[in-house]
Amino acid sequence: MPDIDPPTPFAPAAPPDAGPHAARRHWMSVLARAGADEIAALLNGAPALPAHVRLRGPEAGLVMLRGRAGGGGAAFNLGEMTVTRCTVRVTDGHVGHAYVAGRDAHQAELAALLDAALQDPARHDALQAAVIAPLAARQCAARDGIARRAAATRVDFFTMATMRTDS
Amino acid sequence: MSIDLPGFADPVLESQACFRAVLDALARPGTLHEAGAGLVPPAPLGPAAAAVLLTLVDGETALWMAPEFSASRDWVNFHCGTVPVAAADTAAFVLAAGLPDLAALDAGSDEQPDASATVIVQVAVFGRGHRLRLSGPGLRVPATLEVDGLPEDFPALWAANYALFPRGVDLLLCCGGTLAALPRSVRVGG
Repeated sequence: MPDIDPPTPFAPAAPPDAGPHAARRHWMSVLARAGADEIAALLNGAPALPAHVRLRGPEAGLVMLRGRAGGGGAAFNLGEMTVTRCTVRVTDGHVGHAYVAGRDAHQAELAALLDAALQDPARHDALQAAVIAPLAARQCAARDGIARRAAATRVDFFTMATMRTDS
Repeated sequence: MSIDLPGFADPVLESQACFRAVLDALARPGTLHEAGAGLVPPAPLGPAAAAVLLTLVDGETALWMAPEFSASRDWVNFHCGTVPVAAADTAAFVLAAGLPDLAALDAGSDEQPDASATVIVQVAVFGRGHRLRLSGPGLRVPATLEVDGLPEDFPALWAANYALFPRGVDLLLCCGGTLAALPRSVRVGG
């Protein structure tokens, strides 16, 4: 039985590229992976969110997932998945967007509302600490658990690896 | 980005209602129909023209917007999911504040006359101004449409479009929350 390497922890929640939208991309991705109940529960302990109007949606639709087999394979259509999107504007003028997997309109609206509120510097830090950080930690722990279970069953194909290097 | 204004509150029912208004307007040329009630698009786009765009234009539709509508462009792109085309002659929908050169637009082909352009013109007002005498399919007796905002020589310009039948463009006239239509089959007298 090959040695089991300790699982590599998944990439930290913040994406490596620190562009102008990196922070926003991070909280949007965290919100897109969090359930509506989960977000609502955390919002109970957070400062109140501003009032908002719906600009578009929440509405469900399909997006085509594209895949690529191997590094050099051509892109192909893997299949369609259901996505719900929502755009809201809060009273201070910020516009928030959300695209979430599935058909949970409430989740999409909450995520869009939080996206708008998080753009407001006056609210950002409190919401980041009360909602985004706990969600991110929870999601990171869940991914880590899956990675650990998968790593425990890992088999190293030395022969195949050698053949690839030779060719 | 000026997308701070909502689109249809109920996209399904409101776009069906607007589609019905457009159908009725085309079936009975020159009659006035309400469209876009409750819609607040960014100026200079009016409610009726905005409702027509939200109803008929989507990401696979080539839309050309006249430069006058640059302030409304982001809103239309966002809600219709479309990217306006650069040239009017390839567009399936044309939005203008004054009558564009009809001869320069896509009139369709004899095999596919349905592929022609639909022109949405925001006029100044209905009920006064230029008096157009309409006759043709859908009109048992000739009808009259009074409209301010079309050029003086509109009957002559329209006659050239009428002569192309079954090719030719269809015209939707919008003002505020009201619209009227001049399909290519209607004959216009001064």
